Amino acid sequence: MADAEVLTTKIPRLSQDEIESPPLTLSQLTWRRFRRHKMAMFGGVVLILLFLYSAVGSIILPESYANFTDTTLRLQSPTSAHPFGTDAVGRDILARTIYGGQISLLIGLTAVIIETVAGVLIGALAGYYGGWLDAILMRITEAMLNIPEIFLLIVMAKEFGGKIPSVNFFGREFSGSVIVIVMIIGLTSWMYLARIVRAEFLSLKENDFVLAARSTGTSNSGIIFKHILPNSMAPIIVSATLGVANAILAEAYISFLGLGVQPPTATWGNMLDGANSYLESAPWLWFFPGMLILLTVLSINFLGDGLRDALDPHSRAV
Amino acid sequence: MTRFILRRVLQAIPLLFIISIVLFFLMRNMGDPIATMAGRQITRPADRARLTRQLGLDKPIYVQYIYWLVGNDWAKTDMDGDGIAETPGTRKGILRGDFGTSLVNRGKPVIQVIGERLPNTLMLMLASEVIIIFGSLIIGVYSAIRQYSAMDNLMTALSFIGYSMPIFFIALISMYIFGVLFQRWGLPYLPTVGMFDPKVGKTAGQIALHMVLPVLSMSIISFAAYSRYIRSTMLEVMNQDYIRTAKSKGLPRREIIFIHALKNASLPIVTVVGLDLPLLLGGAVVTERIFAWPGMGRLFLDYVSRSDVAVVMGILMLIAVAVIAFQIITDVVYAWLDPRIRYEK
Repeated sequence: MADAEVLTTKIPRLSQDEIESPPLTLSQLTWRRFRRHKMAMFGGVVLILLFLYSAVGSIILPESYANFTDTTLRLQSPTSAHPFGTDAVGRDILARTIYGGQISLLIGLTAVIIETVAGVLIGALAGYYGGWLDAILMRITEAMLNIPEIFLLIVMAKEFGGKIPSVNFFGREFSGSVIVIVMIIGLTSWMYLARIVRAEFLSLKENDFVLAARSTGTSNSGIIFKHILPNSMAPIIVSATLGVANAILAEAYISFLGLGVQPPTATWGNMLDGANSYLESAPWLWFFPGMLILLTVLSINFLGDGLRDALDPHSRAV
Repeated sequence: MTRFILRRVLQAIPLLFIISIVLFFLMRNMGDPIATMAGRQITRPADRARLTRQLGLDKPIYVQYIYWLVGNDWAKTDMDGDGIAETPGTRKGILRGDFGTSLVNRGKPVIQVIGERLPNTLMLMLASEVIIIFGSLIIGVYSAIRQYSAMDNLMTALSFIGYSMPIFFIALISMYIFGVLFQRWGLPYLPTVGMFDPKVGKTAGQIALHMVLPVLSMSIISFAAYSRYIRSTMLEVMNQDYIRTAKSKGLPRREIIFIHALKNASLPIVTVVGLDLPLLLGGAVVTERIFAWPGMGRLFLDYVSRSDVAVVMGILMLIAVAVIAFQIITDVVYAWLDPRIRYEK
């Protein structure tokens, strides 16, 4: 007994620091790398603030106030009653940026869901099955890529615009044009993602784990969605994040041209429609929505950049 | 190489067919071409029916597509509505170089409508492209050789902002500063809209003056992507062995950077420029709209809103052909510049 005690005391004891810390899980590693990326953290914080701005703001100011027109207060410069001024029909710009933010962010997020579903499905089918299916899908992808996105957006906005009636959702009235814009942005932006996913599938499907899955009788859809897709999540997440920024920009462009979301529903983009006419007389009219678009897109781009570094399995930085 | 070019051209043909079919079907519900044609007058139902037949809109969509593609001079159309096709068509079809006629301009050939606007757009876009390429070369090379310096970090931050900036916002800001505030402060200010001052006339000086702000806006947002790209290829090349050899044999730094490194670093830029050039044809829709520049982008917007299908299809097909042609040219030029690349088969 005593001997045993002597023996154990002779074993050098490791201090707490020297004991190897338990291995980090993948998500912990990713979070650690992401945290080091100052710009990405900045982008994340600003985005949370912007979400709070449009969420908390709508509790304080009701939507009817945002759409309330008072033509005696046309084009008032910023005052304490209207911190961002008023627009051409006397609506409060602060309140409209809050509600416009909700719609712009909503459009950005939902358009990306459509984009991602379409891009992943088309890329996965083309990459996994190959052959004639791949040939057809990739020709369609190329055809779509050959027309600049803004032209496609304009043509599709003109084609489908004004055909969907307003809908009620979460107790709020949404102009049908919101749904149209979400659809057309989603359907004109999936091409790059489809190419990325296809390339991932082409290389991953040659791996032994796919052969193993197939030999145990896993169905094709099981292999695609349970075995290969989780392995190609990193580029999809990065692409989807940056896609939100592009969708918000696309909405802004198309609404700026007057083909997007129709008033009285405000978005940051359609608040700028007609800003040209007030370039000189009312700069606050276009400055605040423009600034919010810039800030949102910038933050999302920072975030995407940070995610790209953090999710990269080859990155050795911890 | 000849086989490579030939194969690419052959592949492009079905691609163009797919593009044209997709676009043609999208065009169908774009509005009421008859209303555009008849202008403000309220058309009688009989006139409406006659115009519909004249435009071939009563035919099934695939027939309309075939007429657009190969013309209808081989088929007879029923013009007077008595059920007997008697009038031979006059259209030659896009494959024989006939893009059709504009509805807005009362039968003016599409080629002519586009041709009037194309020089304006090319002037604006080529000026921007030249400034973007040279400007971003300077910024990119500087950032690469002074990596992580204060200037490099500043440029990184600015390029992120430029990359995230909607073009209309930078356009409005620059118009406000250089057009409105400068005028208010009594400084020489720049014109904000149009191509020339109608009082002075369309002189070269006027056009150059009106080009400053649009070119500036487009350059600021494009500097970002280009200069980051040049910075990264330059950094890659600067770490290669042959640069170290050049340094160790005592070549002047200037010569190493601008002759040895930049030559190889600018190779990948050829691809980026080559893929961007055809997009210049379409102009920048939003930029031309803000600055009221009479180019292709505005032509497109105006004619989409008046559902002039022939002109809109003409513009889109022109862009599609240019994009594909430049893809092939870029690949060929790239292989010619970089002897390591061989296109086999």
